Amino acid sequence: MNKNSESVPSGKGESLPSRHGGPMPAEPKIVAFFCNWCTYTAADLAGVSRLKYAPNVRVIRVMCSGRVDPQFVLDAFARGADGVLLGGCHPGDCHYAEGNYKTLRRMRMLARMLKDMGIHDGRFRLEWISGAEGDKVKAVVNDMTAKVRALGPLNMPDRFKEWDKEMVHAR
Amino acid sequence: MEHPQEKNGRPRIGFYICHCGSNIASMIDVAEVQQYIAALPGVKVSRDYKYMCSDPGQEMIAQDIREHKLERLVVAACSPNLHEETFRKAAVKGGLNAFYFQMVNIREHAAWVHTDRRSATEKTKDLARAAVYRVHFHKALEKRQVPVSPEVLVVGGGIAGIHAALTLANAGKKVTLVEREATIGGHMAMFDKTFPTLDCAACILTPKMSAVKSHPNITLWTYSEVVQVEGYVGNYKVTVKRKPRYIKEDLCVGCMECIDACVFKEPKFSDKFNQGLGKRKPIYIDFPQATPKVVLIDPQTCIQFKTGKCKKTCVESCDREAIDFAQKEEMRELQVGAIVLATGFKTFDAKREPHYGYGRYPGVFTALEIERLVNASGPTAGEVVGRDGKHPRAVGIIHCVGSRDEKTNKWCSRVCCMYSLKLAHLIQEHSGAEVYNFYIDMRAPGKAYEEFYDKLLAEGVHFVRGRVAEVTDWAMTPEEEGRLVLRVEDTLAGFVRRIPVDMVVLSTGLEPQADAQAVRRCFNIGCGSEGFFQERHPKLAPVNTFTDGIFIAGACQAPKDIPDTVAQAGAAAAEALVLIDSGHVELEPNTSYVVEEECSGCKSCVPLCPYTAISFDGEKKKAMINEVLCKGCGVCVAACPSGSIRQNLFDDDEIFSEIEGVMAK
Repeated sequence: MNKNSESVPSGKGESLPSRHGGPMPAEPKIVAFFCNWCTYTAADLAGVSRLKYAPNVRVIRVMCSGRVDPQFVLDAFARGADGVLLGGCHPGDCHYAEGNYKTLRRMRMLARMLKDMGIHDGRFRLEWISGAEGDKVKAVVNDMTAKVRALGPLNMPDRFKEWDKEMVHAR
Repeated sequence: MEHPQEKNGRPRIGFYICHCGSNIASMIDVAEVQQYIAALPGVKVSRDYKYMCSDPGQEMIAQDIREHKLERLVVAACSPNLHEETFRKAAVKGGLNAFYFQMVNIREHAAWVHTDRRSATEKTKDLARAAVYRVHFHKALEKRQVPVSPEVLVVGGGIAGIHAALTLANAGKKVTLVEREATIGGHMAMFDKTFPTLDCAACILTPKMSAVKSHPNITLWTYSEVVQVEGYVGNYKVTVKRKPRYIKEDLCVGCMECIDACVFKEPKFSDKFNQGLGKRKPIYIDFPQATPKVVLIDPQTCIQFKTGKCKKTCVESCDREAIDFAQKEEMRELQVGAIVLATGFKTFDAKREPHYGYGRYPGVFTALEIERLVNASGPTAGEVVGRDGKHPRAVGIIHCVGSRDEKTNKWCSRVCCMYSLKLAHLIQEHSGAEVYNFYIDMRAPGKAYEEFYDKLLAEGVHFVRGRVAEVTDWAMTPEEEGRLVLRVEDTLAGFVRRIPVDMVVLSTGLEPQADAQAVRRCFNIGCGSEGFFQERHPKLAPVNTFTDGIFIAGACQAPKDIPDTVAQAGAAAAEALVLIDSGHVELEPNTSYVVEEECSGCKSCVPLCPYTAISFDGEKKKAMINEVLCKGCGVCVAACPSGSIRQNLFDDDEIFSEIEGVMAK
């Protein structure tokens, strides 16, 4: 856990050691940051409505999507997340007036960086889900899980190890 | 940042997982999770229990805290929106600071939404582990106490707003009632009788309207709208726009001499209160018992406003000199502790179902128009006559227009079956016409409602089960000539019928107000997908919203009849009373603060705060956060380039450890 993560992934493409032979890839794991007022409530509503969706998402509650530091997203990927989902209130509906606009601004930039790092845009997703949209939680989680599963494991921790080895040779 | 595993003097953690009866235990192997968490470093106690939120469950936690000297508490159960407070109190009972606690949502976010026990259990382990990692970094915090303004704002002067305002005022609270129209009374004031008792709506409503007007604790602002709401629970600053009615409200006594004196000898403008069935003059009053009983001038139709060349006979006639053509819109500010929203509903626009011919055939009416027609103080003084002036021989009432329909609104509007029965009774009583009801299902689930339906059956009103396909004037027999024909499949008889009538009544459903979205944004509350205001919990907090201090009552929350509306208005008033009577509110201590030594004075946080809580100290060259203004969104925390802004309850340490916990193996 290092906030000023110096080991920024730089590899291109998604070729993985486990792709050629080896065991079946594990189910993808997605880390989600949901704002307390809209998306977290929507996920509660999905539960109360007994909607069924993929069990691949782990939700971390924040008060506002604007609280999400881009480093949270990077950290999640660095720790092995196959996808990161960010959920906030619809534009104009932010409980804190305009926090979600700041989220949008930051995350647009972050998405570009992630792409340059070789993290496919399907792996990072920002969604506006209001407190009434339990069905959208279901749709987004299912859709994202399917897409991330199709992309295969991201496996950043293993890649870091490989790159570290390369660095040893370079010395 | 410190790694929890490296931390010296690791806190002693207690972990508890709830079965929630079988709600959680049926989808998640709670024993497995309990054993798994028990093996994590720092965890001294790990238990699973049938109902964690029950008294014995809470007692168990409190006792463990004392016995095992626990320093942190993690409970995996339902949503923190439901029981976070419960377990915080359990922590306090055991002698622990309430904020050393973290809740894991494994019911709404796992047990109820997954179908595979294995993966749901694995997910639960991840979430529980994340909380265990997180609580390492929790700090002892205290809730902030802020004083509450003792006044209440009620928005909307229908029966819900009236009842809420009176309840609060009778409890000795100062209330401001803001109504958009020129009079209070809302939809109920338009009705003739109320179902199922058939007591006259005006007779039961107008005394309450007068009570509002004369109550020393109520300030009544009609023809006014809330334009801005700022602040937070207990301390809302509300800006109200008072529209000009061109009459000095304090001088007008409602004698209506001016209306008689108007240069328009006959009323000639469409009368909104009478649903356009009657006419009014440019200077008018909605109905005789309008409250306040003050006339108003419509500048769109008044000659003085249009040309400036009127003889102004109205001014001459008013010995109180109450008419003021120069009146301007005014902005007023209010400071209130709580707000009750009772903004009501609008009826479905019948033109959206063109096959029923509303607006095309003069014989087609909406139910609200018929309410005015059968009303003794309505445009026809209670006589049921068509737009052609003829008395109908037969009347067809079509239920569920704009309700229970995939194409328009999916919901049942709850009141239409019953008001259709009431109108059937009144039409038959007033005109002696044959009355047909066309229904999908009869819904009469209220006190004495089913009995009312039985009464109508006995009165000889016809009931045809079937959704009407079309209203047409295309006659196929001499009997149908010059009349309206309802084509319907009678699903009980099993064939298609053509029923000729002279008048069609469309029982239009209830919809959210046209500006419900703008209103909810103004008050910072939510709407359901259908557009009605969202309650905090459908069962346990039906008048609360997700914004503390703002309560909802009546049909703005969902379609409902008068008894339910009044009951809900009373509940909203009681909730508002609880809040303002306590004298203070406790706010979550999730505010942000600047670590001065680390602040570089770059000012990037200053413009980000929507509440202007961040200022820049020019002398120290550091940012400062005013804790009173901060609402704890954390936008500045995420933006600070040097990481020198921290947020209580959601600090970087806490969130990073949660990420680590979720991803750890």
